[in-house]
Amino acid sequence: MNRTAAPLEKSTASPTPQSPNFIQILFNGFVDLIDRLMAPLQNLLGVQRMAYIFVLPNLLIFGIFIILPMILNLSYAFTGSTQLFPADRPFIGADNFARLFECSNFLDPNTCREDVFWRAVFNSTIFVIVQVSFMVVMALTTALALNRKIMLRAFFRSVFFYPVLLSPVVVALIWKWILQQDGLLNAVIVSLGGTRVPFLLNAEWARVWVILISVWAQMGFFTLILLAGLQAIPSELYEAASMDGASAWASFRNITLPLLMPTMTVVLVLALIRAVQVFDQVVPFTNGGPGTATTYMVQYIYNTGFTNQTREYGIAAAASVLMALILFTLTFAQLRLTRAGQNES
Amino acid sequence: MKKSYLLLSLIVVVLLAATSISVFAQDPVELRIAWYNDGNEGEVLRDLLDRFEAENSDIRVVVDTIPYDAILNQLPVQVQAGEGPDMARVTDQAAYRGYYLDMRSLVADAAYWDASFPAAALAALRLEGDETGLYGFPNQFTVSAPYINRTLFEQAGVEVPSDSMDAVTWEEWTEAAASAAQATGTPYAIAMDRSGHRFAGPMFSQGAVLFHDDGTITIDSEGFRSMAQILIDWHTRGLTPVEVWVGSGGTYSAGADFFINGQVAMYMSGSWQVGRFANDIGDAFDWEVVPNPTGPGGSTGMPGGTFMVAFSETEHPAEVARVMDYLASADVLREFSERSLFIPAHLGLGELNFATDNPLAEAALVAFANEVPKLSDQAYQLQYGGQGFAINNPIRDRLTQVIAGELTLDEAVARIQQDIDDALATAGQ
Amino acid sequence: MNTIAQYLTRTRGRTRLSLTDVITYLYLTFGTIVMFGPVLWLVLSSFKSTQQLVRFPPTILPYRQETVTVEGYDTPLDLYAVTMEDGTVRQLAQVRRVGIEAQMIDPTNPEEIIRVNINQRQPIESVVFSFDNYVTGVQQFNFWQYLWNSVVVTALATILTLIVNSMAAFALSKYQFRGRNAIFLVTISTLMIPLSVILIPVFLVITEIGWSNNLIGVIVPGAATPTGVFLLRQYMLTIPDELLDSARIDGASEWRIYLQIILPLARPALAVLAIFSIMWRWNDFLWPLIVLRRSELFTLQVGLNSFQGELQTQWNLILAMTVLTLLPITAVFAFLQKYITTGIATTGMK
Repeated sequence: MNRTAAPLEKSTASPTPQSPNFIQILFNGFVDLIDRLMAPLQNLLGVQRMAYIFVLPNLLIFGIFIILPMILNLSYAFTGSTQLFPADRPFIGADNFARLFECSNFLDPNTCREDVFWRAVFNSTIFVIVQVSFMVVMALTTALALNRKIMLRAFFRSVFFYPVLLSPVVVALIWKWILQQDGLLNAVIVSLGGTRVPFLLNAEWARVWVILISVWAQMGFFTLILLAGLQAIPSELYEAASMDGASAWASFRNITLPLLMPTMTVVLVLALIRAVQVFDQVVPFTNGGPGTATTYMVQYIYNTGFTNQTREYGIAAAASVLMALILFTLTFAQLRLTRAGQNES
Repeated sequence: MKKSYLLLSLIVVVLLAATSISVFAQDPVELRIAWYNDGNEGEVLRDLLDRFEAENSDIRVVVDTIPYDAILNQLPVQVQAGEGPDMARVTDQAAYRGYYLDMRSLVADAAYWDASFPAAALAALRLEGDETGLYGFPNQFTVSAPYINRTLFEQAGVEVPSDSMDAVTWEEWTEAAASAAQATGTPYAIAMDRSGHRFAGPMFSQGAVLFHDDGTITIDSEGFRSMAQILIDWHTRGLTPVEVWVGSGGTYSAGADFFINGQVAMYMSGSWQVGRFANDIGDAFDWEVVPNPTGPGGSTGMPGGTFMVAFSETEHPAEVARVMDYLASADVLREFSERSLFIPAHLGLGELNFATDNPLAEAALVAFANEVPKLSDQAYQLQYGGQGFAINNPIRDRLTQVIAGELTLDEAVARIQQDIDDALATAGQ
Repeated sequence: MNTIAQYLTRTRGRTRLSLTDVITYLYLTFGTIVMFGPVLWLVLSSFKSTQQLVRFPPTILPYRQETVTVEGYDTPLDLYAVTMEDGTVRQLAQVRRVGIEAQMIDPTNPEEIIRVNINQRQPIESVVFSFDNYVTGVQQFNFWQYLWNSVVVTALATILTLIVNSMAAFALSKYQFRGRNAIFLVTISTLMIPLSVILIPVFLVITEIGWSNNLIGVIVPGAATPTGVFLLRQYMLTIPDELLDSARIDGASEWRIYLQIILPLARPALAVLAIFSIMWRWNDFLWPLIVLRRSELFTLQVGLNSFQGELQTQWNLILAMTVLTLLPITAVFAFLQKYITTGIATTGMK
């Protein structure tokens, strides 16, 4: 930030590697270089328009690798055949969507033409509701525990965060070894005199475990966000409350919860997005089974467009467009709600 | 101080990385084979290619070993996009029709190819209307048939039905295996890989007719339903390990694990397991291959195997043809088959001397060879007709749903039919 | 009820260990077992042999059966403790097992074959941390090459992500320009589209550019992370505009402001993004699998999965190699650990 020093001198001075400020000097030299290169540009555009230069690289990558594919995806949704290149695919109108919506009773997937799609929709809905609420409760409980004055706080914090670092494949691998018929958990149950529980072979159990391991793998991240939110609450508020004779429960309800709300909103949105996207953990874990009990939206899309030997890109794309619509609506509603909430307070 | 070291090392990494990306070795023509491994066949192939390279210094062949799932899922997309390898080992040969390299004018002696490999197999790589294209060769032939754990039958005092009878039904086998398992305290009687391909042989034996002369495909038949019911009954009676069909994972290796560990008396699989059983079972028990059970439709298994194919996108068609010529030559293919315990699809190799001193493995390979003449036309059409995966996968997935209690058999039959029709309609658009 | 309430509210406890403290410690200890136990088990299992892995009940520690070399037999024989019919226990070596019967010999008297029911014998085992799986794994699979590729991808992608995202976040948080809100909204709304859903079109784009089969094709597409832009923008909003204005009055160019004011001040947020980026890239599997076909370009995660064939999966090697891939990321975490907490705490994620 020391800009008063003459830039030229710095960049021309040959820094010796032994100098402790070698990095600093190198960095300053780099800054001067960029500065000189970009100066004419700034003269040309003016200060405010430099913003376009700053967003440009991100926008380019973003446009080419996210927006453009999304547009291509849209073109897949309205075309048929198994051809890969959009130009080779015949236009078939909304047939793909019509196929997805061909249903005599939307509440019973068995009456739908694309029954697996609707099973995936139901599975995803239940998963999102249960997983997100359970995750928030667990993360909050843990954050409250870690917020207390306890010994080994850094240790506990790291332990609860560590699973976040594991790849989804590893998470699935670990838990599969624990939960399979001959796994560790069944060994414990048998040694205690019980009989083996088909943790991954029974639809209900499998659904429960998919939720539990995803909470296990992601909880640490949300715990830390909530912990940060908790630590930002001034302790004077609690002191004042206890002087007023407020019970602990009352101060939790009247101080902690309201002040934690903004953080909670972030946690909720992020958890919701993650839950809707659930995929890479489940495939190596249950592969959507037993039957289709743990087949969720993204896996349905991936399987239809990618792993079925007849690649129905069109159906997959149509389903992904529907999913994107649902997500946009959810986020938009969520943004509206938060705005409204902020306006009130 | 510490920070600056970290930064420094980061810079070094970046610089090294930047240089390593731009460096590419050139010189000899480099050809790529996309390959997957079940056993030692990758090592054998490398050995054979090393010898080829020693004699042909202008060609270098790199074998890229990728997961089998990637061969099934990623490779077709890569090939379609024009980013495929020069050659590949594939099982879903129909998926690449139209993308193969026609080597008829490139190979040294096309007549040798026509004479050495079954016409049906060479035709399986061709689009409709194409009569001459030479796109690759079957480098491994497989047949499906059941294995039994003879030691368990003996210890149970249950006679192995095929010892005294020429034609044994699936029902008879089920009861025999069930009593053998019960008498020996073995947890399970019978298992079948979770695979439409494995189910197909028994289904045809039970009398199912999928393909009709007018080109239509029908699933609903007495034969299909009776075999499906037998499979479902195994589950309801607790005769089969549930995890094979209902359990996690798309792989069906679990069935083999049960057999290797002596936890199941009978196991419906195929000839590709021989090498693994010879290694992993050792002398723990006597295992053998029994003839495919008999029903109204005969006693057929399913043919199968992998193809070695070349893709038209290659920049070096002549060199690819030389490598393929080498790999398809009788001596090389014989050695490849003998050392990896594969049944060759080559018609003129004569008696093979398999690289195993395990008498059980030798007997099993002979037993499988005896199954080949019994394969039915329906079975061949399913394997080489081009709709194989489009039929096998819905059968596998929908039957799994029945076993998991999500569908009734009636619903499953209708669903499979619709899945197949939809897939074929999309493919035809 | 009161203890729960205390637990819910208190931030700093008294020195005396109260009931709520006990509950807290119990919860945290239980949590530690649940959170870290499975990882520990993975590490222990990676030392086991294939036979050990499929055994029921599984053992916590890796055991190896003891063997004995007997004259006349080429390979070492497995040792068992056998309960004989008269109730005595003898140490015998197994020659062959046939179904429920085992043929055994006494190592001191190898001539006589003793037939034993397999239920009468117990394997003699000891705990051995054998690195066999690691050695075979590293040899069988081009470990160092894959490691190098993973490091290259992770390092370059993370640096690119940090630069590109911080520039965009700077523009979105500190400038008024036409299209700003539109860009921000589009960025945020794509937060939710997982790559697996648009995999095919992205791959098409990559092949058209000619980046297929190139590490660049793995590195660049994921660099414009909406999460990163969002996170950095939120943080940069908290940097007072006055700082920038006074720098401008002093004649600093916009680039100088970005490099010398914004970046240093945004360090906590950058550290958080760095950790996430390293994590995402190191663990990425689906994308490299379709972009990379040449095995010398494989990353660790892709290479690891080539142990899975159509019929056979070599679990012992997969476990060992999995543990190896965990080491670098654990080290990064240990090093940047304090930033994660302070970083997230200060990114103003509200």
